[in-house]
Amino acid sequence: MRHFIVLLRHELRMLLIAPATYVAAVMFLILMGFLYWAILRAMVEKPEDVLPSVQFFSIFWIPVFFVVPLLTMRSIAGERANGTLDTLLTTPASRFAIVASKFGAAYIFYMMLWLATLWFPFITDKLFPHAMPDGSLLNPATHWGGFLFVAASGMLFIAVGIFSSSLTRSQLVAGMITFTVLFLIVVGGQQLGGLARVEGEWAQWLHGAASYLQLFQHLDDFARGVIDSRPFVYYLSTALLLLGLSSLVLEAKA
Amino acid sequence: MSELSIQVSQLTRHFGSVVAVNAISFSVKRGEIVGFLGPNGAGKSTTMRILCGLMSATSGQAWVAGIPVAADPQAVKRKIGYMPENNPLPLDMRVAEYLRFRARIKEVPGPKVRPNVDEVMEICDLAKTARRKVIGTLSKGFRQRVGIADALLGSPEVIIMDEPTIGLDPHQIQGIRRLIDGLRGRHTVILSSHILPEIERSCDRVIIINRGHLVATGTRSELQQEFLPGMHFRVELKLTDPGADLDALLTTAGMGLVVAERSNADEEGFISYELESSHNNGPSGSELLLWLTRQPAMVVRACHKVEPTLESIFLAATKRSWEETHRPQKVVPAAAIN
Repeated sequence: MRHFIVLLRHELRMLLIAPATYVAAVMFLILMGFLYWAILRAMVEKPEDVLPSVQFFSIFWIPVFFVVPLLTMRSIAGERANGTLDTLLTTPASRFAIVASKFGAAYIFYMMLWLATLWFPFITDKLFPHAMPDGSLLNPATHWGGFLFVAASGMLFIAVGIFSSSLTRSQLVAGMITFTVLFLIVVGGQQLGGLARVEGEWAQWLHGAASYLQLFQHLDDFARGVIDSRPFVYYLSTALLLLGLSSLVLEAKA
Repeated sequence: MSELSIQVSQLTRHFGSVVAVNAISFSVKRGEIVGFLGPNGAGKSTTMRILCGLMSATSGQAWVAGIPVAADPQAVKRKIGYMPENNPLPLDMRVAEYLRFRARIKEVPGPKVRPNVDEVMEICDLAKTARRKVIGTLSKGFRQRVGIADALLGSPEVIIMDEPTIGLDPHQIQGIRRLIDGLRGRHTVILSSHILPEIERSCDRVIIINRGHLVATGTRSELQQEFLPGMHFRVELKLTDPGADLDALLTTAGMGLVVAERSNADEEGFISYELESSHNNGPSGSELLLWLTRQPAMVVRACHKVEPTLESIFLAATKRSWEETHRPQKVVPAAAIN
């Protein structure tokens, strides 16, 4: 545990001193700010039943596809390419502590980025107090639900990135693997939902499995305030499995 | 407490069909500085990585400070300071900041982190010049010092350095050599290098491996006895009698010396000869000089004993090992098979 804390502090420090971190953060906030503005603008032109915060969290996959690969591709692949992974592996720190610290740092940064987007409704409310006088702009339930979903699914996404980064010494390849796997998880889940609608004796079982893996289904539940423990188990267990596999890869490819 | 810091027994490592290290065995005493020599691809780095617990061996065993590496690599890592080849460092960090991080991860107790970092920076001559500098802005020599300082953190029993002087200029090499000399007796040091004069000056003992096999181990004089036995002299002389022949004169003298090499005559007509005897009880330098000066057929300008360099010993050792592993198979005529 001591090694994990020392390594986590080091990883966070490295993130803070890297100019790329700030570039990624600014780009993320510009993109998300633009998307939030686009959602509000669309609502002005054509009133909708769905709250802006629900719509905002439903486009979580747009930043995920570019932020997660950018955030994680350097973590292990970069260290392996530089050779600094060797110096790290000759210390008494366990391989899992090394992997977990890299996961922890990337996850904390990912969540900080999303936390920063929580200011958008407050800024809107401050600048345009009469736009939504019923207070639905600041509805805490949808924000909590959406944020919980981002936090839970983020564990899986970042773990995918860390695992991909452990497989190769090329950051570019690691980024491409992460993007492809995330695409399969996000889009593949939806496709599975379509498959589950076929008729058949095991269609019910398939439907259950597909809805268990459907990220958009989870998001809908969370946004409506239905906090189910099953998605947490899915994200946490898969993330732990991937981190465990990453430390095994680190062991095998040393 | 064991007298041996490192013990390696029948260590073997395969990479697919390639045998990188083939059943090598050696040991290193506590406080010794040992040079690890071998051509590129000989298996030096693989052996070092196995000793550090970075890589597992296919078979065989290794002990560091009495701890079996395969059974308890984490405990071994507490006893080892390792500086890998090319000395990878995070270029964005400051020297003191990086060393403090490394001290913490190497389990140096909290209150001792700062004094330990200050101590190693003092030893490596970093304290005054490079403490606050960003590693990426340092010269290669100073980066090597940072790598060595990192290996010294936590005062490990064994320090392993893979090519610590690679890419350095002669001044920097001299500085690193003084630094390694300063570790003598306090730490057990294994270092690999291609710069053989460095190994010759710094190391108490040498281990030579080639193509994964242990070729030789011992002090320079022991290796000389094994691979380049006998005595070697270089003489410069001019034969005043055109009919005289040095080889014939040496045979007549019965000193057991023969001419191994001769140069062309210089402007003054002097020729440089290399004389060698195949056994160690030949004449001393003064005896040879006395004999040469008494010969009426020659004028002597110089005579001195030549000690083989580590480079020539290394070349002889690796050549012999190459010949042994690549000895051509005897071709059996087809008629003989039938």
